[in-house]
Amino acid sequence: MSEEKQELVDLTIEEGTYKTLLTEKFKMKKKYEPKNTDHVYSIIPGTILKFFVKEGDTVKAGSPLLILEAMKMENIIKMPFDGKIRKILVSDGVRIAKDTLMVELDK
Amino acid sequence: MSLEKEISLLKEEKAILQKGGGDAAIEKQVAMGKMTARERIAALLDKESFCEYDLFVKHEVHDFGMDKKELPCDGVVTGTGTINGKPVCIYAQDFTVMGGSLGLMHARKITKIMDHALKMQIPCIGINDSGGARIQEGVGALAGYGEIFYRNTMASGVIPQISVILGPCAGGAVYSPALTDFVFVVENISKMFITGPAVIETVLGEKISQEELGGARVHAEITGNAHFYSMNEKDCFDQIRTLLSYLPSNNTKKPDETKVMAPTFKGKLEDFIPADPKQPYDVRDIIKAITDGSEFFEIQELFARNIVIGFGRINGQSVGFVANQPLYLAGVLDCDSADKAARFIRFCDAFNIPIVTLEDMPGYLPGVDQEHAGVIRHGAKVLYAYSEATVPKITVILRKAYGGGYIAMNSRHLGADFVFAWPCAEIAVMGPDGAANIIFSKEIKDAEDLEAMRKEKIQEYKDKFANPYVAAARGFIDSVIEPSQTRAMLIHTLTISKDKTEVRPTKKHGLPPF
Repeated sequence: MSEEKQELVDLTIEEGTYKTLLTEKFKMKKKYEPKNTDHVYSIIPGTILKFFVKEGDTVKAGSPLLILEAMKMENIIKMPFDGKIRKILVSDGVRIAKDTLMVELDK
Repeated sequence: MSLEKEISLLKEEKAILQKGGGDAAIEKQVAMGKMTARERIAALLDKESFCEYDLFVKHEVHDFGMDKKELPCDGVVTGTGTINGKPVCIYAQDFTVMGGSLGLMHARKITKIMDHALKMQIPCIGINDSGGARIQEGVGALAGYGEIFYRNTMASGVIPQISVILGPCAGGAVYSPALTDFVFVVENISKMFITGPAVIETVLGEKISQEELGGARVHAEITGNAHFYSMNEKDCFDQIRTLLSYLPSNNTKKPDETKVMAPTFKGKLEDFIPADPKQPYDVRDIIKAITDGSEFFEIQELFARNIVIGFGRINGQSVGFVANQPLYLAGVLDCDSADKAARFIRFCDAFNIPIVTLEDMPGYLPGVDQEHAGVIRHGAKVLYAYSEATVPKITVILRKAYGGGYIAMNSRHLGADFVFAWPCAEIAVMGPDGAANIIFSKEIKDAEDLEAMRKEKIQEYKDKFANPYVAAARGFIDSVIEPSQTRAMLIHTLTISKDKTEVRPTKKHGLPPF
């Protein structure tokens, strides 16, 4: 392969910094971002079948928020804590990817 | 009594069956840039060594109008032959016959030749080129796959098993290759995935081409499913022949010894290694400077390039090399490189091939992605594989051997037979920068010139601990050697270890951290 053409970069391992090349897979990796617990993301790619709540509703922990249909299964997405629906970002019948922000909540 | 009539009928029938799917289908196969199943076998095996069986097998399906359909050889060619003069069993799926689809009789032909390979204790090679399960056969096709997987598992570690992906290999079909020892892929021809692009798009709305999803390069570089990657079928067959030359026919034998050749490399081994331990070099140059004829047959060249694995010969003896590669990711261990090394170590151990480990690594790759991907579980595989192996195990520490990495890379403590270090080796609990910051944290914090004090203390640590002599004083390494003595020491210790026997506790099987 064409190692010569690649640029050596710095990589720090346990406080030592080394000159090295990166692998393609290393370059492809996504930076970690902590999840916001007030945000409800899709756990799997699928289609929004139905909403049980609307913006502004006060909802008890464990009550259903919506149904996300994926792989022929209806997944009921539940309220993680007692709180309020701040914003709904997806609508019925829409197909969404994994990790799509669906609902924003207020504690 | 003359058999003239019967013989000519037999010849006619054979000629028809050997045409597979017929001229039109063969033309299509050629147009896709692919050889036919029989051409592939002929190209891979020694000239005119192939003997075919089960040419007259017919499928047994009556539904969906299948009873009126003739499927020559049921879409798979099976038989025996030789490679490098040594016997092998082989099967090749014939895409020209109903897309090489797998029905029960097709699978039974494969399992029959696999059973044969296991009984005769010879390698088994499978050439995959199939659209998948023959839907018309229903559960019969699934039974077929299952029976193949079972045999792959039974033969694992007994005879070498090789999978060659020369066409589509999708759905359940991918698991037979995944269970075998080595998978070969060819650019633009091999396609492997569990769920194809069409289904992914319908269900998930993600658009991707077959090549991007599961093409040869993807499996060679990203997934690690493939061990050998080539640009055309001819090169692929050359790779298979070379690979087999390093292997024994089964786990009761050792690989054939070849004529001893000196390395073609002339020069000083130490010239490859930069004096600054933070500068990279290509560890494959070191391997080639040590091996017979300076030949090194690398496995998984593109996957987890931070570790190098492959075969070479030392004094005519086949040897498996495991080497940290400072050129990529500073030679760290991570999830992928641990998987890559561990599986190779287990292969060498199963087939009586001594392992030579060349060590130069700063530790494990830090990062949330690594921790969450299970670097603990994956990294443990290396410890397991080295500890479990009973073949001769020799380590040469070239430069850095820090912390957990020092333990993992076939240290004395995991049962290495011989451990050597070059004089530039740094065997220590961690790198000098990190260690100095901890040990001398107070001195550095209280210093007027922080940086100057830090530098001084790093140097102090380097002088005291970042060398091979502390470990040598405890007998953890057997000798500090000049780089130029490396090949001679390996020849000596491999010769000494030829009849090595080591007994392990009796058990049904261990529990490696899969």
